[in-house]
Amino acid sequence: MSLLRLKTLLVACFSLFALLSVTNSFANESTVAAEGQIANAEKKEGDFNVTETILEHIKDDHSWHLWGHTSIHLPVILKTSKGFEVFSSEKFVDEHHEPVVYKGNFDYKLIEGKTKIVDASGNLDAAASKQLWDLSITKNVASLFVSVFILLVVLLSSAAAYKKTGVKTAPKGLQSFMEPIILFVRDEVAIPNIGAKKSGKYMPFLLTIFFLILTNNFLGLIPFFPGGANVSGNIAFTMTLAVCVFIVVNLSANKSYWEHIFWMPGMHWSMKLFLAPIELIGVFTKPISLMIRLFANITAGHILVLSLICLIFIFKTVFASAIAVPFAVFIGLIELLVAFLQAFIFTMLAAMYIGMATEEHHHEAHEGAAHH
Amino acid sequence: MLLEINPLVLPDIGLVFWNTIAFLVLLIVLGKFAWKPILKAIHDRESGIEEALLKADKMKAEITAMQNENEALLAKAREERAILIKEAKEASEKMVAEAKDKAKAEYDRILADAQLAITQQKNAALIDVKNQVGSLVIEVAEKVLRKELSNKAEQEGYIKQLADGVKLN
Repeated sequence: MSLLRLKTLLVACFSLFALLSVTNSFANESTVAAEGQIANAEKKEGDFNVTETILEHIKDDHSWHLWGHTSIHLPVILKTSKGFEVFSSEKFVDEHHEPVVYKGNFDYKLIEGKTKIVDASGNLDAAASKQLWDLSITKNVASLFVSVFILLVVLLSSAAAYKKTGVKTAPKGLQSFMEPIILFVRDEVAIPNIGAKKSGKYMPFLLTIFFLILTNNFLGLIPFFPGGANVSGNIAFTMTLAVCVFIVVNLSANKSYWEHIFWMPGMHWSMKLFLAPIELIGVFTKPISLMIRLFANITAGHILVLSLICLIFIFKTVFASAIAVPFAVFIGLIELLVAFLQAFIFTMLAAMYIGMATEEHHHEAHEGAAHH
Repeated sequence: MLLEINPLVLPDIGLVFWNTIAFLVLLIVLGKFAWKPILKAIHDRESGIEEALLKADKMKAEITAMQNENEALLAKAREERAILIKEAKEASEKMVAEAKDKAKAEYDRILADAQLAITQQKNAALIDVKNQVGSLVIEVAEKVLRKELSNKAEQEGYIKQLADGVKLN
């Protein structure tokens, strides 16, 4: 048992090393994992469930782990048929971190990390749970708020810098760091896809999406407190943004866009009938692809890094970290690239969809192209 | 259901709700207080730079035009100078030629005068000589007449002698 503790400590040290060089999701991960291992070891002597550990770190949580046994218990907000209810998530667990029933308007219990209504004997009440709206400030929501706060502070202060130094002087400090990114979004994403004239209207939307995804991607790579949550790798987050893109695209779509979907010009009528449902499906697959792409990329990155660290626990030797940690660092570096790339791709595709929806078709040119 | 197989692909309504609020807040606040002033500032700066460049180009064109004008003026001045020099040269040459002509004419006149004077003096001298010859003839005739009066024979011989002498002359 003491040998196991020593190993755990060594692993934590190794992981800390990894942390110092690259932002990866590990210090708490490995310690938590180690704790999990200890718990498991107590239960089944050395049995370590990799899938469970990894999923636990990727999933949302009601508490935000800081260090050791310290974590922030985030508020739970529930809406049931009896109205709203707010209480600390601390009440969901006992001193041994085992889930317990909380008695509010209903009896609540965490089942697989989700708040559910249970009956008197502690079993899931599926029918009542369907009436439950869980609007809790979870780890992801809190992390999202942190990213919103960071964005507001950084961008409002750089906006103030323009007012202070005037237009004619070169940007300084934070402002000079943000300006190339903003220009990048404008010159490489918005203008080539939407066109210089119309892009101005969509710039705030595209910039907000880009910076929100970028910030959350980076925060997700930081393994300890303000980061550590997997916001941009959460399907709810990507779905919300994809729905926003869907709404903006379809609200800004012009007549010719709809015409091209329902009654493709320059085609035989039978072809038109055939194409209409395909094009209509395309309207929905575009945002869905946005949603899945971002979610899958970020989640995959996190799973990769976690799997590499889990190698240490699978092999049950600290020497496995000699391979696992360099690989994790390497994947971490790639994740840095992916964090930027995915924010770029999401914004790029959103801009492209907006561009397609607002494009003015020159009919002659189109008819010519249609015959090819 | 397929979606319920993996909780990872099951979106939580809580996060959707908060994310929508967060995104809208960001969009509105940043749109109004960050993106708008930043994009406007960048746009203003870009148009300022563009304007300055255009102005610089215009200035450049103006300078080139001025240079061309200067060169044209210089060329014109050079041409005028050449013409002036040429004219001056011509004038001086003309003057020199005129002076030469005048001098020649004067010389010719003086020469003519001198020749005339010489001719006159020569004529005068000739007249003088003729006069003297006349008086000599008269003198000789006088002497001959006197001799005739004294001796007839001798007179005749003398006349003959004179006559011979005149013939010799």
